[in-house]
Amino acid sequence: MSATAQEIPVVKSKPKTKKGVHPVILFIVWFGAFLWLVPIAGSVLTSLRGFDDFNARGFWSIPETISLDNYIRAWGKMGIDKYLLNSFIITLPSLFGCIMLSSMCAYALVRFQFKLAKPIYFMFVGGLLLPFQMLLLPVFKLSNDLNIYNTYWALIFFHTAFQLAFSTFVLRNFMKTVPASLFESAQIDGATEWTIFLRIAFPLMMPGIASLATLEFTWIFNDYLWALVLVTDNALKPITTGLSNLRGQFTTDYPLIVAGSILACAPTLIVFFALQRYFIGGLTVGATKG
Amino acid sequence: MVQAPVRTVNRQQRAFNQFITIMSFLGVPLLLYTVWVIYPTFQTLLLSTTDWDGLSDTWNSVGFANFERLWSEEPFRKSIVNNIIWIIVFITIPPAAGLGLAMVLNTDVKFDRFLKIAYYLPLVLATVVTALVWAQGIYNPRSGLLNTFLSLFIGNKAFEIQWLGDPNLAIFSVIAAAVWRQVGYVMILYLAGLKTVDQEVLEAAKMDGAEGWTLFRYMVFPMLAPVTTIVVVISVIDSLRSFDMVNIMTRGNPFDSSNVLANYMYLSFEDYRMGYAASIAVVLFAISLIFIFLYLREVMKQEES
Repeated sequence: MSATAQEIPVVKSKPKTKKGVHPVILFIVWFGAFLWLVPIAGSVLTSLRGFDDFNARGFWSIPETISLDNYIRAWGKMGIDKYLLNSFIITLPSLFGCIMLSSMCAYALVRFQFKLAKPIYFMFVGGLLLPFQMLLLPVFKLSNDLNIYNTYWALIFFHTAFQLAFSTFVLRNFMKTVPASLFESAQIDGATEWTIFLRIAFPLMMPGIASLATLEFTWIFNDYLWALVLVTDNALKPITTGLSNLRGQFTTDYPLIVAGSILACAPTLIVFFALQRYFIGGLTVGATKG
Repeated sequence: MVQAPVRTVNRQQRAFNQFITIMSFLGVPLLLYTVWVIYPTFQTLLLSTTDWDGLSDTWNSVGFANFERLWSEEPFRKSIVNNIIWIIVFITIPPAAGLGLAMVLNTDVKFDRFLKIAYYLPLVLATVVTALVWAQGIYNPRSGLLNTFLSLFIGNKAFEIQWLGDPNLAIFSVIAAAVWRQVGYVMILYLAGLKTVDQEVLEAAKMDGAEGWTLFRYMVFPMLAPVTTIVVVISVIDSLRSFDMVNIMTRGNPFDSSNVLANYMYLSFEDYRMGYAASIAVVLFAISLIFIFLYLREVMKQEES
Protein backbone atom coordinates (compact mmCIF):
# COMPACT_ATOMS: atom_id res chain seq x y z
CA MET A 1 0.00 0.00 0.00
CA SER A 2 1.24 3.42 -0.92
CA ALA A 3 0.14 4.98 2.33
CA THR A 4 2.37 2.78 4.46
CA ALA A 5 5.24 3.19 2.05
CA GLN A 6 5.06 6.92 2.50
CA GLU A 7 5.06 6.64 6.26
CA ILE A 8 8.30 4.73 6.44
CA PRO A 9 10.65 7.69 5.85
CA VAL A 10 8.88 9.61 8.61
CA VAL A 11 9.62 6.85 11.09
CA LYS A 12 13.18 6.58 9.84
CA SER A 13 13.88 10.28 10.19
CA LYS A 14 12.76 10.29 13.83
CA PRO A 15 16.08 9.21 15.39
CA LYS A 16 17.85 11.97 13.45
CA THR A 17 15.68 14.67 14.99
CA LYS A 18 16.04 13.14 18.45
CA LYS A 19 19.79 13.67 18.23
CA GLY A 20 20.82 15.48 21.40
CA VAL A 21 22.83 18.66 21.82
CA HIS A 22 26.52 18.43 21.00
CA PRO A 23 28.52 17.76 24.21
CA VAL A 24 30.77 20.79 23.67
CA ILE A 25 27.76 23.10 23.37
CA LEU A 26 26.19 21.51 26.42
CA PHE A 27 29.41 22.08 28.34
CA ILE A 28 29.43 25.77 27.35
CA VAL A 29 25.81 26.17 28.49
CA TRP A 30 26.57 24.57 31.87
CA PHE A 31 29.79 26.53 32.29
CA GLY A 32 27.93 29.75 31.46
CA ALA A 33 25.21 28.93 33.96
CA PHE A 34 27.74 28.55 36.77
CA LEU A 35 29.53 31.70 35.65
CA TRP A 36 26.19 33.51 35.77
CA LEU A 37 25.62 32.32 39.34
CA VAL A 38 29.07 33.37 40.58
CA PRO A 39 28.11 36.96 41.56
CA ILE A 40 25.05 35.67 43.41
CA ALA A 41 26.81 32.77 45.14
CA GLY A 42 29.75 35.02 46.05
CA SER A 43 27.37 37.55 47.58
CA VAL A 44 25.62 34.96 49.71
CA LEU A 45 28.98 33.67 50.91
CA THR A 46 30.27 37.15 51.74
CA SER A 47 27.12 38.06 53.63
CA LEU A 48 27.70 35.13 55.99
CA ARG A 49 31.22 36.05 57.07
CA GLY A 50 32.51 38.58 59.54
CA PHE A 51 34.13 41.85 58.52
CA ASP A 52 37.55 40.88 59.93
CA ASP A 53 37.51 37.55 58.14
CA PHE A 54 36.57 39.30 54.91
CA ASN A 55 39.23 41.92 55.35
CA ALA A 56 42.01 39.50 56.18
CA ARG A 57 41.33 36.84 53.60
CA GLY A 58 39.70 38.71 50.73
CA PHE A 59 36.48 38.34 48.89
CA TRP A 60 36.71 35.02 47.22
CA SER A 61 38.01 32.72 49.92
CA ILE A 62 36.38 30.10 52.10
CA PRO A 63 35.09 31.85 55.25
CA GLU A 64 36.52 30.76 58.58
CA THR A 65 33.29 31.16 60.47
CA ILE A 66 29.75 31.51 59.28
CA SER A 67 27.14 33.61 61.01
CA LEU A 68 23.95 35.55 60.39
CA ASP A 69 25.42 38.50 62.25
CA ASN A 70 25.52 40.75 59.18
CA TYR A 71 21.85 40.16 58.54
CA ILE A 72 20.92 41.04 62.09
CA ARG A 73 22.99 44.21 61.96
CA ALA A 74 21.61 45.16 58.53
CA TRP A 75 18.04 44.67 59.72
CA GLY A 76 18.37 46.77 62.85
CA LYS A 77 21.37 49.06 62.65
CA MET A 78 21.20 49.88 58.96
CA GLY A 79 17.43 50.21 59.00
CA ILE A 80 16.75 47.79 56.16
CA ASP A 81 13.49 46.92 57.96
CA LYS A 82 12.32 50.53 57.73
CA TYR A 83 13.27 50.88 54.07
CA LEU A 84 11.56 47.61 53.15
CA LEU A 85 8.40 48.76 54.89
CA ASN A 86 8.51 51.99 52.85
CA SER A 87 8.88 49.93 49.68
CA PHE A 88 5.76 47.96 50.50
CA ILE A 89 3.83 51.12 51.40
CA ILE A 90 4.69 52.48 47.94
CA THR A 91 4.44 49.29 45.89
CA LEU A 92 1.17 47.74 47.08
CA PRO A 93 -1.16 50.72 46.51
CA SER A 94 0.52 51.43 43.14
CA LEU A 95 0.05 47.82 42.14
CA PHE A 96 -3.59 47.78 43.26
CA GLY A 97 -4.43 51.07 41.54
CA CYS A 98 -2.67 50.16 38.36
CA ILE A 99 -4.36 46.76 38.06
CA MET A 100 -7.85 48.07 38.82
CA LEU A 101 -7.56 50.95 36.37
CA SER A 102 -5.89 48.98 33.59
CA SER A 103 -8.46 46.18 33.79
CA MET A 104 -11.16 48.82 33.37
CA CYS A 105 -9.28 50.21 30.36
CA ALA A 106 -8.80 46.77 28.88
CA TYR A 107 -12.49 45.97 29.25
CA ALA A 108 -13.62 49.24 27.67
CA LEU A 109 -11.15 49.01 24.77
CA VAL A 110 -12.26 45.50 23.83
CA ARG A 111 -15.94 45.60 24.73
CA PHE A 112 -17.03 48.86 23.10
CA GLN A 113 -16.69 49.68 19.44
CA PHE A 114 -15.79 53.35 19.22
CA LYS A 115 -13.54 55.36 16.96
CA LEU A 116 -10.95 56.25 19.58
CA ALA A 117 -10.46 52.67 20.85
CA LYS A 118 -7.47 51.96 18.58
CA PRO A 119 -5.78 55.38 19.01
CA ILE A 120 -6.09 55.10 22.79
CA TYR A 121 -4.64 51.60 22.71
CA PHE A 122 -1.70 52.71 20.57
CA MET A 123 -1.14 55.70 22.82
CA PHE A 124 -0.60 53.23 25.67
CA VAL A 125 1.63 50.98 23.57
CA GLY A 126 3.73 53.98 22.50
CA GLY A 127 4.13 54.99 26.13
CA LEU A 128 5.65 51.57 26.92
CA LEU A 129 8.98 52.57 25.43
CA LEU A 130 9.13 56.21 26.46
CA PRO A 131 12.48 57.23 28.00
CA PHE A 132 11.89 58.09 31.66
CA GLN A 133 14.01 61.22 31.31
CA MET A 134 11.31 62.69 29.09
CA LEU A 135 8.96 62.78 32.10
CA LEU A 136 11.44 63.57 34.84
CA LEU A 137 11.29 67.38 35.03
CA PRO A 138 7.51 67.85 34.57
CA VAL A 139 6.71 65.07 37.06
CA PHE A 140 9.13 66.65 39.54
CA LYS A 141 7.41 70.01 38.99
CA LEU A 142 3.92 68.50 39.12
CA SER A 143 4.64 66.73 42.41
CA ASN A 144 5.82 70.03 43.85
CA ASP A 145 2.75 71.86 42.57
CA LEU A 146 0.42 69.22 44.02
CA ASN A 147 2.30 69.34 47.34
CA ILE A 148 3.01 65.64 47.23
CA TYR A 149 6.75 65.97 46.57
CA ASN A 150 8.72 64.05 49.20
CA THR A 151 5.73 61.92 50.22
CA TYR A 152 4.77 58.34 49.38
CA TRP A 153 1.99 59.76 47.20
CA ALA A 154 4.39 61.23 44.66
CA LEU A 155 5.64 57.73 43.86
CA ILE A 156 2.27 56.00 44.17
CA PHE A 157 0.62 58.35 41.70
CA PHE A 158 3.50 58.23 39.26
CA HIS A 159 3.87 54.43 39.26
CA THR A 160 0.12 53.91 38.94
CA ALA A 161 -0.09 56.27 35.97
CA PHE A 162 3.09 55.23 34.19
CA GLN A 163 2.52 51.48 34.55
CA LEU A 164 -0.96 51.87 33.02
CA ALA A 165 0.70 51.64 29.61
CA PHE A 166 2.16 48.17 30.07
CA SER A 167 -0.74 46.87 32.15
CA THR A 168 -3.39 47.97 29.69
CA PHE A 169 -1.35 46.49 26.86
CA VAL A 170 -1.15 43.10 28.58
CA LEU A 171 -4.74 42.93 29.83
CA ARG A 172 -6.23 44.24 26.61
CA ASN A 173 -4.51 41.45 24.68
CA PHE A 174 -5.77 39.04 27.28
CA MET A 175 -9.35 40.34 27.01
CA LYS A 176 -9.20 39.87 23.23
CA THR A 177 -9.07 36.11 23.76
CA VAL A 178 -12.33 36.10 25.76
CA PRO A 179 -15.32 35.33 23.51
CA ALA A 180 -17.60 38.37 23.16
CA SER A 181 -20.67 36.11 23.35
CA LEU A 182 -20.11 35.74 27.10
CA PHE A 183 -20.73 39.45 27.61
CA GLU A 184 -23.53 39.65 25.10
CA SER A 185 -25.60 36.97 26.78
CA ALA A 186 -25.17 38.69 30.14
CA GLN A 187 -26.27 41.91 28.51
CA ILE A 188 -29.41 40.30 27.14
CA ASP A 189 -30.16 39.15 30.68
CA GLY A 190 -30.21 42.82 31.60
CA ALA A 191 -26.86 43.18 33.36
CA THR A 192 -25.26 46.64 33.33
CA GLU A 193 -21.75 47.07 31.90
CA TRP A 194 -20.29 47.47 35.38
CA THR A 195 -21.94 44.27 36.55
CA ILE A 196 -20.60 42.45 33.50
CA PHE A 197 -17.15 43.88 34.17
CA LEU A 198 -17.06 43.01 37.87
CA ARG A 199 -18.84 39.63 37.72
CA ILE A 200 -17.61 38.22 34.40
CA ALA A 201 -14.72 40.13 32.78
CA PHE A 202 -12.60 40.75 35.88
CA PRO A 203 -12.64 37.12 37.10
CA LEU A 204 -11.85 35.96 33.56
CA MET A 205 -8.85 38.29 33.46
CA MET A 206 -7.35 36.76 36.63
CA PRO A 207 -4.63 34.67 34.92
CA GLY A 208 -3.51 37.75 32.97
CA ILE A 209 -3.65 39.84 36.12
CA ALA A 210 -1.50 37.28 37.95
CA SER A 211 1.23 37.58 35.30
CA LEU A 212 0.98 41.31 35.33
CA ALA A 213 1.01 41.66 39.10
CA THR A 214 4.16 39.53 39.46
CA LEU A 215 6.00 41.62 36.92
CA GLU A 216 4.72 44.99 38.09
CA PHE A 217 5.52 44.15 41.70
CA THR A 218 9.13 43.49 40.71
CA TRP A 219 9.41 46.65 38.62
CA ILE A 220 7.83 49.05 41.08
CA PHE A 221 9.64 47.49 44.05
CA ASN A 222 13.01 47.75 42.25
CA ASP A 223 12.51 51.29 40.93
CA TYR A 224 15.49 53.52 41.63
CA LEU A 225 15.25 56.62 39.42
CA TRP A 226 11.85 57.88 40.55
CA ALA A 227 12.58 57.18 44.19
CA LEU A 228 15.74 59.24 43.74
CA VAL A 229 13.92 62.15 42.10
CA LEU A 230 10.69 62.30 44.10
CA VAL A 231 11.62 61.29 47.67
CA THR A 232 14.59 62.87 49.42
CA ASP A 233 13.51 62.41 53.04
CA ASN A 234 15.52 59.50 54.42
CA ALA A 235 12.62 58.32 56.60
CA LEU A 236 10.43 57.81 53.52
CA LYS A 237 12.96 56.25 51.16
CA PRO A 238 12.23 52.83 49.68
CA ILE A 239 14.82 50.07 49.81
CA THR A 240 16.54 50.97 46.51
CA THR A 241 17.57 54.53 47.30
CA GLY A 242 17.88 53.61 50.96
CA LEU A 243 20.45 50.97 50.13
CA SER A 244 22.43 53.26 47.87
CA ASN A 245 22.39 55.84 50.68
CA LEU A 246 23.76 53.28 53.15
CA ARG A 247 26.63 52.45 50.86
CA GLY A 248 27.96 55.94 51.52
CA GLN A 249 27.82 55.43 55.29
CA PHE A 250 29.24 51.92 55.48
CA THR A 251 31.61 52.06 52.51
CA THR A 252 34.21 49.67 53.84
CA ASP A 253 31.95 47.16 55.56
CA TYR A 254 31.10 45.28 52.41
CA PRO A 255 29.72 42.09 54.07
CA LEU A 256 27.15 44.28 55.83
CA ILE A 257 26.13 46.00 52.58
CA VAL A 258 25.77 42.65 50.81
CA ALA A 259 23.62 41.25 53.61
CA GLY A 260 21.44 44.34 53.26
CA SER A 261 21.29 43.84 49.48
CA ILE A 262 20.15 40.26 49.87
CA LEU A 263 17.44 41.31 52.31
CA ALA A 264 16.44 43.98 49.77
CA CYS A 265 16.00 41.34 47.08
CA ALA A 266 14.17 38.86 49.30
CA PRO A 267 10.60 40.06 48.61
CA THR A 268 10.99 40.04 44.82
CA LEU A 269 12.80 36.69 44.93
CA ILE A 270 9.99 35.16 46.98
CA VAL A 271 7.37 36.51 44.58
CA PHE A 272 9.42 35.30 41.64
CA PHE A 273 9.91 31.74 42.87
CA ALA A 274 6.32 31.42 44.02
CA LEU A 275 4.87 32.73 40.76
CA GLN A 276 7.61 31.96 38.26
CA ARG A 277 5.27 30.74 35.54
CA TYR A 278 3.28 33.97 35.64
CA PHE A 279 6.41 36.10 35.66
CA ILE A 280 7.68 34.51 32.45
CA GLY A 281 4.21 34.65 30.91
CA GLY A 282 3.97 38.39 31.51
CA LEU A 283 7.42 39.13 30.10
CA THR A 284 6.72 37.50 26.77
CA VAL A 285 3.39 39.17 26.00
CA GLY A 286 4.92 41.78 23.74
CA ALA A 287 7.11 39.34 21.86
CA THR A 288 4.56 36.75 20.85
CA LYS A 289 0.91 37.17 20.29
CA GLY A 290 -0.74 37.63 23.70
CA MET B 1 -22.24 44.52 17.38
CA VAL B 2 -25.18 44.84 19.72
CA GLN B 3 -24.62 47.86 21.91
CA ALA B 4 -27.58 48.34 24.17
CA PRO B 5 -30.99 46.74 24.47
CA VAL B 6 -33.33 48.26 21.93
CA ARG B 7 -35.37 50.91 23.63
CA THR B 8 -37.49 53.75 22.39
CA VAL B 9 -34.91 56.42 23.10
CA ASN B 10 -33.63 58.49 20.22
CA ARG B 11 -30.27 57.87 18.68
CA GLN B 12 -28.56 60.87 20.21
CA GLN B 13 -29.63 59.86 23.68
CA ARG B 14 -28.25 56.40 23.11
CA ALA B 15 -24.92 57.67 21.84
CA PHE B 16 -24.70 59.91 24.88
CA ASN B 17 -25.45 57.00 27.20
CA GLN B 18 -22.76 54.94 25.59
CA PHE B 19 -20.30 57.79 25.91
CA ILE B 20 -21.08 58.00 29.63
CA THR B 21 -20.60 54.25 30.02
CA ILE B 22 -17.27 54.28 28.19
CA MET B 23 -16.05 57.27 30.17
CA SER B 24 -17.01 55.59 33.45
CA PHE B 25 -14.37 52.99 32.57
CA LEU B 26 -11.79 55.12 30.78
CA GLY B 27 -12.17 58.48 32.50
CA VAL B 28 -9.95 58.05 35.55
CA PRO B 29 -7.17 56.05 33.84
CA LEU B 30 -7.02 58.48 30.92
CA LEU B 31 -6.92 61.46 33.26
CA LEU B 32 -4.04 59.97 35.27
CA TYR B 33 -2.15 58.97 32.14
CA THR B 34 -2.64 62.38 30.57
CA VAL B 35 -1.51 64.29 33.64
CA TRP B 36 1.51 62.08 34.48
CA VAL B 37 2.67 60.88 31.06
CA ILE B 38 1.22 62.65 28.01
CA TYR B 39 1.30 66.21 29.27
CA PRO B 40 4.82 65.87 30.74
CA THR B 41 6.11 64.60 27.40
CA PHE B 42 4.98 67.80 25.71
CA GLN B 43 6.07 69.96 28.62
CA THR B 44 9.63 68.61 28.33
CA LEU B 45 9.62 69.65 24.68
CA LEU B 46 8.65 73.13 25.79
CA LEU B 47 11.13 73.24 28.70
CA SER B 48 13.98 72.33 26.38
CA THR B 49 13.66 75.78 24.82
CA THR B 50 13.78 77.61 28.16
CA ASP B 51 16.22 78.53 30.89
CA TRP B 52 14.10 77.14 33.76
CA ASP B 53 16.06 76.78 37.00
CA GLY B 54 13.69 74.31 38.67
CA LEU B 55 12.74 76.66 41.50
CA SER B 56 10.98 79.67 40.02
CA ASP B 57 7.50 79.53 38.55
CA THR B 58 8.50 81.33 35.39
CA TRP B 59 11.11 80.89 32.71
CA ASN B 60 12.45 82.67 29.65
CA SER B 61 12.46 81.24 26.19
CA VAL B 62 15.97 80.77 24.84
CA GLY B 63 15.08 79.20 21.50
CA PHE B 64 17.43 76.41 20.53
CA ALA B 65 20.32 77.69 22.61
CA ASN B 66 20.28 74.58 24.86
CA PHE B 67 20.61 72.29 21.88
CA GLU B 68 23.39 74.38 20.36
CA ARG B 69 25.26 74.16 23.64
CA LEU B 70 24.80 70.38 23.81
CA TRP B 71 26.98 69.70 20.80
CA SER B 72 29.79 71.87 22.10
CA GLU B 73 29.96 70.14 25.49
CA GLU B 74 32.38 67.31 26.06
CA PRO B 75 30.19 65.28 28.51
CA PHE B 76 27.36 65.25 25.99
CA ARG B 77 29.55 63.98 23.17
CA LYS B 78 31.04 61.32 25.43
CA SER B 79 27.58 60.29 26.60
CA ILE B 80 26.26 59.89 23.11
CA VAL B 81 29.28 57.83 22.04
CA ASN B 82 28.83 55.63 25.11
CA ASN B 83 25.13 55.19 24.35
CA ILE B 84 26.06 54.06 20.83
CA ILE B 85 28.64 51.61 22.22
CA TRP B 86 26.00 50.36 24.67
CA ILE B 87 23.48 49.87 21.85
CA ILE B 88 25.98 48.02 19.65
CA VAL B 89 26.88 45.64 22.47
CA PHE B 90 23.23 45.18 23.46
CA ILE B 91 21.94 44.35 19.99
CA THR B 92 24.69 41.79 19.38
CA ILE B 93 25.86 39.92 22.48
CA PRO B 94 22.65 39.33 24.49
CA PRO B 95 20.56 38.45 21.40
CA ALA B 96 23.19 36.02 20.13
CA ALA B 97 23.69 34.43 23.54
CA GLY B 98 19.98 34.47 24.33
CA LEU B 99 19.03 32.87 21.03
CA GLY B 100 21.75 30.24 21.36
CA LEU B 101 20.64 29.37 24.87
CA ALA B 102 16.99 29.25 23.83
CA MET B 103 17.82 26.87 20.96
CA VAL B 104 19.67 24.53 23.33
CA LEU B 105 17.18 24.75 26.20
CA ASN B 106 14.23 24.25 23.87
CA THR B 107 15.42 20.68 23.27
CA ASP B 108 15.09 18.09 26.01
CA VAL B 109 18.24 18.88 27.94
CA LYS B 110 18.49 17.48 31.45
CA PHE B 111 18.07 19.98 34.29
CA ASP B 112 16.84 22.63 31.84
CA ARG B 113 14.83 24.30 34.62
CA PHE B 114 17.96 24.86 36.69
CA LEU B 115 19.83 26.21 33.67
CA LYS B 116 17.03 28.60 32.76
CA ILE B 117 16.79 29.94 36.32
CA ALA B 118 20.56 30.44 36.46
CA TYR B 119 20.38 32.71 33.42
CA TYR B 120 17.32 34.73 34.24
CA LEU B 121 17.76 35.12 37.97
CA PRO B 122 19.72 38.41 37.51
CA LEU B 123 16.61 39.89 35.91
CA VAL B 124 14.69 39.64 39.18
CA LEU B 125 17.35 41.38 41.27
CA ALA B 126 17.07 45.14 41.70
CA THR B 127 19.50 46.96 39.40
CA VAL B 128 20.70 48.82 42.49
CA VAL B 129 21.80 45.53 44.04
CA THR B 130 23.36 44.30 40.79
CA ALA B 131 25.31 47.52 40.47
CA LEU B 132 26.48 47.40 44.11
CA VAL B 133 27.58 43.77 43.89
CA TRP B 134 29.41 44.22 40.60
CA ALA B 135 31.11 47.45 41.66
CA GLN B 136 32.39 45.94 44.93
CA GLY B 137 32.38 42.20 44.49
CA ILE B 138 33.63 41.90 40.94
CA TYR B 139 35.46 45.12 40.09
CA ASN B 140 36.99 46.23 43.39
CA PRO B 141 40.71 46.46 42.52
CA ARG B 142 41.93 45.07 45.88
CA SER B 143 39.37 42.48 46.83
CA GLY B 144 37.15 41.96 43.77
CA LEU B 145 36.75 38.65 42.02
CA LEU B 146 38.17 39.73 38.69
CA ASN B 147 41.56 40.92 39.90
CA THR B 148 41.83 38.08 42.41
CA PHE B 149 41.27 35.67 39.56
CA LEU B 150 43.69 37.46 37.22
CA SER B 151 46.38 37.49 39.91
CA LEU B 152 46.58 33.71 39.56
CA PHE B 153 48.05 34.30 36.12
CA ILE B 154 49.82 37.65 36.18
CA GLY B 155 50.59 37.97 39.89
CA ASN B 156 50.18 41.12 41.96
CA LYS B 157 50.15 43.35 38.88
CA ALA B 158 46.50 42.33 38.55
CA PHE B 159 45.54 44.36 41.63
CA GLU B 160 46.46 47.56 39.80
CA ILE B 161 43.68 47.21 37.23
CA GLN B 162 40.98 49.80 37.92
CA TRP B 163 37.94 48.38 36.19
CA LEU B 164 35.74 51.33 37.05
CA GLY B 165 38.47 53.91 37.55
CA ASP B 166 40.28 53.62 34.24
CA PRO B 167 38.74 55.93 31.60
CA ASN B 168 39.37 53.34 28.91
CA LEU B 169 37.71 50.49 30.81
CA ALA B 170 34.89 52.02 32.85
CA ILE B 171 32.10 52.02 30.27
CA PHE B 172 32.83 48.45 29.21
CA SER B 173 32.85 47.27 32.81
CA VAL B 174 29.43 48.84 33.38
CA ILE B 175 28.05 47.37 30.15
CA ALA B 176 29.34 43.90 31.09
CA ALA B 177 27.26 44.01 34.27
CA ALA B 178 24.25 45.10 32.22
CA VAL B 179 24.80 42.23 29.77
CA TRP B 180 24.77 39.82 32.72
CA ARG B 181 21.25 41.06 33.38
CA GLN B 182 20.04 41.16 29.80
CA VAL B 183 20.95 37.70 28.45
CA GLY B 184 18.27 35.87 30.45
CA TYR B 185 15.62 38.32 29.32
CA VAL B 186 16.38 37.78 25.64
CA MET B 187 16.52 34.03 26.25
CA ILE B 188 12.98 34.10 27.69
CA LEU B 189 11.69 36.05 24.69
CA TYR B 190 13.23 33.58 22.24
CA LEU B 191 12.05 30.54 24.21
CA ALA B 192 8.51 31.89 23.97
CA GLY B 193 9.04 32.59 20.26
CA LEU B 194 10.29 29.06 19.60
CA LYS B 195 7.06 27.67 21.05
CA THR B 196 5.14 29.44 18.26
CA VAL B 197 7.37 28.07 15.48
CA ASP B 198 5.35 25.73 13.30
CA GLN B 199 6.59 22.22 14.14
CA GLU B 200 5.02 20.67 11.04
CA VAL B 201 6.93 22.98 8.73
CA LEU B 202 10.12 22.09 10.60
CA GLU B 203 9.41 18.36 10.33
CA ALA B 204 8.82 18.75 6.58
CA ALA B 205 12.13 20.56 6.19
CA LYS B 206 13.89 17.86 8.17
CA MET B 207 12.43 15.22 5.86
CA ASP B 208 13.88 17.15 2.96
CA GLY B 209 17.26 16.63 4.59
CA ALA B 210 17.70 20.03 6.26
CA GLU B 211 19.45 19.83 9.60
CA GLY B 212 21.78 21.61 11.97
CA TRP B 213 22.95 25.00 10.77
CA THR B 214 21.02 24.89 7.47
CA LEU B 215 17.77 24.18 9.28
CA PHE B 216 18.45 27.03 11.70
CA ARG B 217 19.66 29.54 9.11
CA TYR B 218 16.92 29.02 6.53
CA MET B 219 13.97 27.80 8.60
CA VAL B 220 14.06 28.60 12.32
CA PHE B 221 15.73 32.01 12.23
CA PRO B 222 13.41 33.48 9.56
CA MET B 223 10.40 32.17 11.46
CA LEU B 224 11.67 33.96 14.57
CA ALA B 225 11.92 37.29 12.70
CA PRO B 226 9.05 38.98 14.61
CA VAL B 227 10.66 38.05 17.94
CA THR B 228 14.02 39.33 16.70
CA THR B 229 12.45 42.69 15.81
CA ILE B 230 11.01 42.98 19.33
CA VAL B 231 14.33 41.89 20.88
CA VAL B 232 16.26 44.52 18.93
CA VAL B 233 13.76 47.26 19.80
CA ILE B 234 13.77 46.31 23.50
CA SER B 235 17.58 46.12 23.54
CA VAL B 236 17.95 49.59 22.04
CA ILE B 237 15.35 51.08 24.38
CA ASP B 238 16.99 49.41 27.39
CA SER B 239 20.34 50.84 26.27
CA LEU B 240 18.89 54.34 26.07
CA ARG B 241 17.18 53.89 29.44
CA SER B 242 20.37 52.69 31.15
CA PHE B 243 20.64 54.86 34.21
CA ASP B 244 20.69 52.82 37.42
CA MET B 245 23.87 50.91 36.68
CA VAL B 246 25.84 53.97 35.56
CA ASN B 247 24.53 56.18 38.33
CA ILE B 248 25.45 53.71 41.07
CA MET B 249 28.65 52.20 39.71
CA THR B 250 30.45 55.30 38.41
CA ARG B 251 28.09 58.29 38.19
CA GLY B 252 29.69 58.70 34.75
CA ASN B 253 33.22 59.04 36.14
CA PRO B 254 36.11 59.24 35.57
CA PHE B 255 35.92 62.42 33.47
CA ASP B 256 32.58 61.42 31.92
CA SER B 257 34.27 58.41 30.34
CA SER B 258 31.37 56.17 31.42
CA ASN B 259 28.60 58.74 31.20
CA VAL B 260 25.41 58.05 29.23
CA LEU B 261 22.62 60.42 28.19
CA ALA B 262 20.17 59.25 30.86
CA ASN B 263 22.72 59.84 33.62
CA TYR B 264 23.98 63.12 32.14
CA MET B 265 20.39 64.34 32.04
CA TYR B 266 19.95 63.41 35.71
CA LEU B 267 23.19 65.15 36.73
CA SER B 268 22.05 68.33 34.95
CA PHE B 269 18.74 68.06 36.80
CA GLU B 270 20.64 67.80 40.09
CA ASP B 271 22.49 70.98 39.13
CA TYR B 272 19.16 72.75 38.53
CA ARG B 273 20.03 73.27 34.86
CA MET B 274 16.50 72.25 33.94
CA GLY B 275 16.25 73.68 30.44
CA TYR B 276 19.53 72.07 29.53
CA ALA B 277 18.47 68.75 31.11
CA ALA B 278 15.23 68.90 29.10
CA SER B 279 17.17 69.28 25.86
CA ILE B 280 19.14 66.09 26.68
CA ALA B 281 15.84 64.31 27.33
CA VAL B 282 14.55 65.49 23.96
CA VAL B 283 17.59 64.05 22.20
CA LEU B 284 16.97 60.71 23.98
CA PHE B 285 13.32 60.92 22.99
CA ALA B 286 14.14 61.65 19.34
CA ILE B 287 16.35 58.54 19.12
CA SER B 288 13.73 56.41 20.93
CA LEU B 289 10.99 57.60 18.61
CA ILE B 290 12.40 55.62 15.69
CA PHE B 291 12.22 52.45 17.73
CA ILE B 292 8.85 53.27 19.26
CA PHE B 293 7.48 53.43 15.70
CA LEU B 294 9.18 50.15 14.75
CA TYR B 295 7.58 48.55 17.78
CA LEU B 296 4.15 50.05 17.07
CA ARG B 297 4.34 48.75 13.51
CA GLU B 298 5.13 45.25 14.77
CA VAL B 299 2.25 45.37 17.27
CA MET B 300 -0.10 46.63 14.53
CA LYS B 301 0.94 43.74 12.30
CA GLN B 302 0.09 41.27 15.08
CA GLU B 303 -3.14 43.16 15.57
CA GLU B 304 -4.20 42.55 11.98
CA SER B 305 -3.27 38.87 11.77
